[in-house]
Amino acid sequence: MGALQSLPGQPEYIDLAEKTGFSLEQIGVLHKRFKQLSHNEETLRRDHFNEIPDLACNPIRAQIVEAFFDRRNFRQNGEGTVQEIGFEEFLVVMSHFRPPSLHMTEEQRENVRKEKLRFLFNMHDTDNDGTITLEEYRHVVEELLSRSGALGKETAKSIADAAMLEVASISMGHMEPDEFYEGITFEHFLKLLNEFEIESRMNIRFLNMDTTTLCK
Amino acid sequence: MPLRTGSHSPAGFGKSLPERGLLLLMVLVFLEGSVLPLGAASSPDISHQANLDDHKAAHEGHNSTKKPFPVLALEYDRVQIPFEISLWVLLASLMKLGFHLIPRLSSIVPESCLLIVVGLLVGGLIKLAGEEVPPVLDSRLFFLCLLPPIILDAGYFLPIRPFMENLGTILMFAVVGTLWNAFFIGGVLYGVTQIQPANPSSLNQIELLPCLLFGSIISAVDPVAVLAVFEEIHINELLHILVFGESLLNDAVTVVLYHLFEEYAGVGTVTLLDGILGVISFLVVALGGVLVGAIYGILAAFTSRFTSHTRVIEPLFVFVYSYMAYLSAEIFHLSGIMALIACGAVMRPYVEANISHKSHTTIKYFLKMWSSVSETLIFIFLGVATVDGPHAWNWTFVTVTVILCLVARVIGVVGLTFVINKFRIVKLTTKDQFIIAYGGLRGAIAFSLGFLLNEDHFPMRKMFLTAIITVIFFTVFVQGMTIKPLVELLAVKKKQEAKRSINEEIHTQFLDHLLTGIEDICGHYGHHHWKDKLNRFNKKYVKKCLIAGERSKEPQLIAFYHKMEMKQAIELVESGGGSKLPSAVPSTVSMQNIQPKKPPPAKAAERALPQLPKGREEEIRKILRSNLQRTRQRLRSYNRHTLVADPYEDGFSELLIKKQKMVELEKKIKEMSNYLTVPAAPPDSPTMRRARLASDPQAYSVKPVSDSVPTIQVDLASPQSPDSVNLLDEFKHAGQQQPQVEDQGLMMKPPSGQSGPNKPHEADQARDQQKLTRCLSDPGPSADEDEDEPFLP
Repeated sequence: MGALQSLPGQPEYIDLAEKTGFSLEQIGVLHKRFKQLSHNEETLRRDHFNEIPDLACNPIRAQIVEAFFDRRNFRQNGEGTVQEIGFEEFLVVMSHFRPPSLHMTEEQRENVRKEKLRFLFNMHDTDNDGTITLEEYRHVVEELLSRSGALGKETAKSIADAAMLEVASISMGHMEPDEFYEGITFEHFLKLLNEFEIESRMNIRFLNMDTTTLCK
Repeated sequence: MPLRTGSHSPAGFGKSLPERGLLLLMVLVFLEGSVLPLGAASSPDISHQANLDDHKAAHEGHNSTKKPFPVLALEYDRVQIPFEISLWVLLASLMKLGFHLIPRLSSIVPESCLLIVVGLLVGGLIKLAGEEVPPVLDSRLFFLCLLPPIILDAGYFLPIRPFMENLGTILMFAVVGTLWNAFFIGGVLYGVTQIQPANPSSLNQIELLPCLLFGSIISAVDPVAVLAVFEEIHINELLHILVFGESLLNDAVTVVLYHLFEEYAGVGTVTLLDGILGVISFLVVALGGVLVGAIYGILAAFTSRFTSHTRVIEPLFVFVYSYMAYLSAEIFHLSGIMALIACGAVMRPYVEANISHKSHTTIKYFLKMWSSVSETLIFIFLGVATVDGPHAWNWTFVTVTVILCLVARVIGVVGLTFVINKFRIVKLTTKDQFIIAYGGLRGAIAFSLGFLLNEDHFPMRKMFLTAIITVIFFTVFVQGMTIKPLVELLAVKKKQEAKRSINEEIHTQFLDHLLTGIEDICGHYGHHHWKDKLNRFNKKYVKKCLIAGERSKEPQLIAFYHKMEMKQAIELVESGGGSKLPSAVPSTVSMQNIQPKKPPPAKAAERALPQLPKGREEEIRKILRSNLQRTRQRLRSYNRHTLVADPYEDGFSELLIKKQKMVELEKKIKEMSNYLTVPAAPPDSPTMRRARLASDPQAYSVKPVSDSVPTIQVDLASPQSPDSVNLLDEFKHAGQQQPQVEDQGLMMKPPSGQSGPNKPHEADQARDQQKLTRCLSDPGPSADEDEDEPFLP
């Protein structure tokens, strides 16, 4: 593939490849996409994301875009949000969607699982306090049902309440009537989605992406 | 595939019952075994002739001599065929019953093996009695009557999501794998037959084409056998769908190869043109079958939209349309199996949204029943047909066939996996490959196809049949019996038994949208992108056409939630009506534990005035607390200044009188507070009709609440007791009567002003409960039935 020879900044790519686990080819393709989205600028901002037409009909668009600007997803133990991101941060966020490789040990697999679940958790926990409160969970369900119209906020609230109840039942087991369940912590989240097999589901096929078919 | 067999006898009965039952069973079996030969004895022609003679004689006799009136007469011939069929079915069912009375046996030996043995026994009995064994595994009977129920059952309950996700892999195995098997086995067999040993045997006369034909017959993995064996080992979903999907989809390949070689075996040569035509034929057969099935599926879905007034025949439409799809495909030599699968899979989401709950249960049970009986019969008939023969045993041929089948399968699977893994996100491990290779069982379809061969064109038909039967026996007995211990030994992942929870459903949806979004950001039109587009198309156009009324707009998350509620309501009833909570995780967590404790609003005006005596407020709050959180906030904002008429002051004495019963009521609510309900849709939507189980008359109606006070209305859910109690409401309307509080259904309404019409919260549980106890509805399918799969999630 001729693209390999024409990749600029090769040493940086190697660095990024080590950091994120992508192959050089994939990094090249993603870099092209990054440049496309940012109109050849150095950084991406939120409005760049909002220009993607296909994303407009996605019910959780806002949360997805936010996830890219969330420092917690940059793997640097930072917190808070940023206004613009560079290519490196873009790649790091994307790397959460890499599939686990075939020859991983159980422990590595477990780490991959935790990482992906952490990403999801961060998406739900918008105020960054380490727990998903009832309000935040309600917001999630509302967003999910927002495109579907009809039954609106009431339904979302009830579903979220029932879901929360389930988490509380699973995590806490027995609670006194006047105890209060603060919210879903990361451990409870892990326990909840224990059998969800997220490491096989939360993956994007980065294998064969052809830049010529990239839209927009 | 979910368990369709009966339950084990309860342990409490002690050991004597299984033994006694078994004894009885053996007696019955032997009785039947002896009747069947009697039935087989009278062949139709002779009996018909005898009948004619009898009639003539009787007619003549009637004129000439007067015989005494026959009090008791014997005329077997008229009912012979239905009688025999019923006997066979009864035998099959009793056998199935019997196996589960012997606890240890069914865990060691898979059912299919036992059934074949029974068939052998019965066949042997018949032969011992000296009678001719009825040609039970007649190809027409098999393909038109025995096979469709099994395939329809599989297709209707096919888990769509894993199937679609692995479709590429499945197709590779089905098409390329079967082709490889057929040509490899056929080719090597031909090579073997061409070996000229010292004493030339009949083997050498076999040409290439018949060998290839034999290869194509024997190479197809059989869905019946796979289902029968895999059902008992509870393997993880991925492997199950891979092997099972392969067994379903290879039908098209088998059909084309079979017809191709059969046509040209007489001629002797197959040219390249024929090969190309064969490929085209394959595409036509496969896609045509799917198309036919899809058309019938859409027709069925469309028909079900109008069945709201004739609920009784709803299941009939599902069965007849599916069967028609199968037969129509068979008319054109298209793949009937694929048509049936496509029909079931396409119609299911729409039909399920339209039909009543009872019809749904009916369809499920009928399908399970028919497919279960069919499968049992097929295996028994296999045994009988084995005894029947005709056999032509040839050591070389048979052993080489068996070995080749195994070898070809292993090589095929390993080779294909190597290629497939390059394209899969989740790769197949060696363990997976082993299970896939080992699960390639052959079954009755191969035998029937062999049986169809014309003796004149294929003089070696007998030898073929013998070899086929041997392979079937080998795979079913040896592989079937050993696969379970092997699965344990290799520690292959098993099927997760956990119920689908609302959290998983939420996250499944969330993940779908997330992945679609990321794909859009990458600009990569992948898997999720097209799935999302299809989903949107489905929602926008298709659902509107095919689903009646309000349900067409119901988002899938809510549909799932309704289903869960129904299940929980039914469970609640089954567990003894609220006294014992059947929740999977018994806990005492309830709504109040997760309500955020908000500090009371610092409105000085409210706090200054004593609105209600503390005790009373507490009581009311206790009653309402188990309901939605909003009511708590409502209470705080009620004071003299915001209420039009203060209910609490005036009629409070009445409240005291009712307090006792309300506390009892509240206990009930509290127990059920673990199960929240979604605010129900307006009364006439199909959702509500479902909640009424479609058999009760319009007993429920929403009373419009015009005031702003939360009313506790105790309304009965049946027309027999029209009493209703308006507790707090009566404080407003002084002239109201004071009916009794009945401890039956409870309906709580928040003040109006919320979105839409007033929706009764939380009452569904009680109402369902009452309705369910009153009308003796069947308990419905077991909870671990995987039928909550949405069509395109």
